[in-house]
Amino acid sequence: MSDFTSGFWPIYISLITLVSIVGTWIFLKMQTTRKLAPGEKPELIEHTWDEDLQDLNNPLPRWWLGLFYSTLVFALVYLALWPGLGNYAGLLGWTSKGEYEAEVKAAEAKFQPVYAGFMKQDIASLAANPEAHAIGRNLFLTYCSQCHGSDAAGAAGFPNLTDHDWLYGGDPDTIKATITDGRNGVMPAMGEALGSDGTKQVANYVLSLSGRPHDLALAEAGKQKFADNCAACHMPDGTGMAALGAPNLTDKVWLYGGSEAAIIETIAKGRNGVMPAAAQTLGTTSNRDAKLHLLAAYVYGLSQKQ
Amino acid sequence: MLKHETIEKNIGLLIVLTILVVSIGGLVQIVPLFFQTSMTQPVAGLTPYTPLQLAGRDIYIREGCVGCHSQMVRPFRAETERYGHYSVAGEYVYDRPFLWGSKRTGPDLQRVGGRYSDAWHYAHLMNPRDVVPESNMPAYPWLDRPLKDAHIQQKMRTLNWVGTGYTEQQIADAPAELEGKTELDALVAYLQVLGTHAPKN
Repeated sequence: MSDFTSGFWPIYISLITLVSIVGTWIFLKMQTTRKLAPGEKPELIEHTWDEDLQDLNNPLPRWWLGLFYSTLVFALVYLALWPGLGNYAGLLGWTSKGEYEAEVKAAEAKFQPVYAGFMKQDIASLAANPEAHAIGRNLFLTYCSQCHGSDAAGAAGFPNLTDHDWLYGGDPDTIKATITDGRNGVMPAMGEALGSDGTKQVANYVLSLSGRPHDLALAEAGKQKFADNCAACHMPDGTGMAALGAPNLTDKVWLYGGSEAAIIETIAKGRNGVMPAAAQTLGTTSNRDAKLHLLAAYVYGLSQKQ
Repeated sequence: MLKHETIEKNIGLLIVLTILVVSIGGLVQIVPLFFQTSMTQPVAGLTPYTPLQLAGRDIYIREGCVGCHSQMVRPFRAETERYGHYSVAGEYVYDRPFLWGSKRTGPDLQRVGGRYSDAWHYAHLMNPRDVVPESNMPAYPWLDRPLKDAHIQQKMRTLNWVGTGYTEQQIADAPAELEGKTELDALVAYLQVLGTHAPKN
């Protein structure tokens, strides 16, 4: 609250606020008439509306007056204890930032011992720990499920984590590195280089790699084109390269679809698979290392079940 | 002393005094905000929306996204753990009007920029169930059509009246920047910039 452009504004706020409260008090006092004695008639206000309509000046009900004064007292006490008058911080020294930071600190103190125990175990043994699994699952549902699905089975373009197929490797450390730093798997568009016939030929060759139905002649024609254009990342035998996240084309797992049309689209337009780094997905840095550790253990555990 | 009767019989005086009383709350609570640097200065790195993002923001408004998505992370741990750093006033200086919203049928979007890939947003807007099977968000397949924003330059000039500060060059280049884009492109460009200049935890 101390960032007003000039010292005028705190004074302006305080003055109007206090003058309003005190002014209301004085005004109410002035307008209060004494309580009527039993049988006494209230004063008649000296005006007549619509020929014969007259006002009696009844005194304000005492319960109502009491309520009004108590709101004024409440306001003054409130403004003394909490910030409200310009730069004045209030006797309690409360700020919303302070309250938030205290909440975070309390939570960190509470969870620190739990997390510390988990940090002592390696990812593989943590994956078998039911308590770590439960926390890991909550973390996964919060931060990962939007792309990988709540069952971790993925969607078109977003890898299934429950199978044994890994783009970048499925050992505990690699999983943790993937979560921490994110991944960006880029396949360049080859449509222009290959032409539409060439693309169809390569697609049929790719289909042949995993033994799927394909056109023999087209696949044969695509073989050399694959070697020239694709083998650098997908390797000459099509088994892929984990360092680049280039998928294995000889298995039955298809990230973007395994139909001829889908493969042609992939080759022609390229693909850009982005997994954001944990800096983006984990909301805060509080207990960050422990969260990454538990997430990695949960994801590692997913593929160990079958 | 001003008599009650005088005020009741003089409509002009009654109007003036009523406005005076009613305006006190605003004079104390709203007017000083215009003179607080944390309210008027952008956070570090924040720049005005590019023409494409600006057009996307208008699609966000047109489609009523604000009805279900807030753009305000409150300073509670439960929110910052999920979304990121709580929102600060300096993040909204180029938001006219702001899109804080008041209802979260879907999640808050103030920190959504960079959280998902562009491909995720395209798939999700075309049909949310393709990527999040449990989602109850409506699909927006019609957004995959050419972006037509004939008023982009007027919008930028209008925003300059209130101090957004687009340069003449930016305004001149705006139509070219929207050339060949779809409404999806614009909306995703807007979503991907949201919260990218949030204070770091």
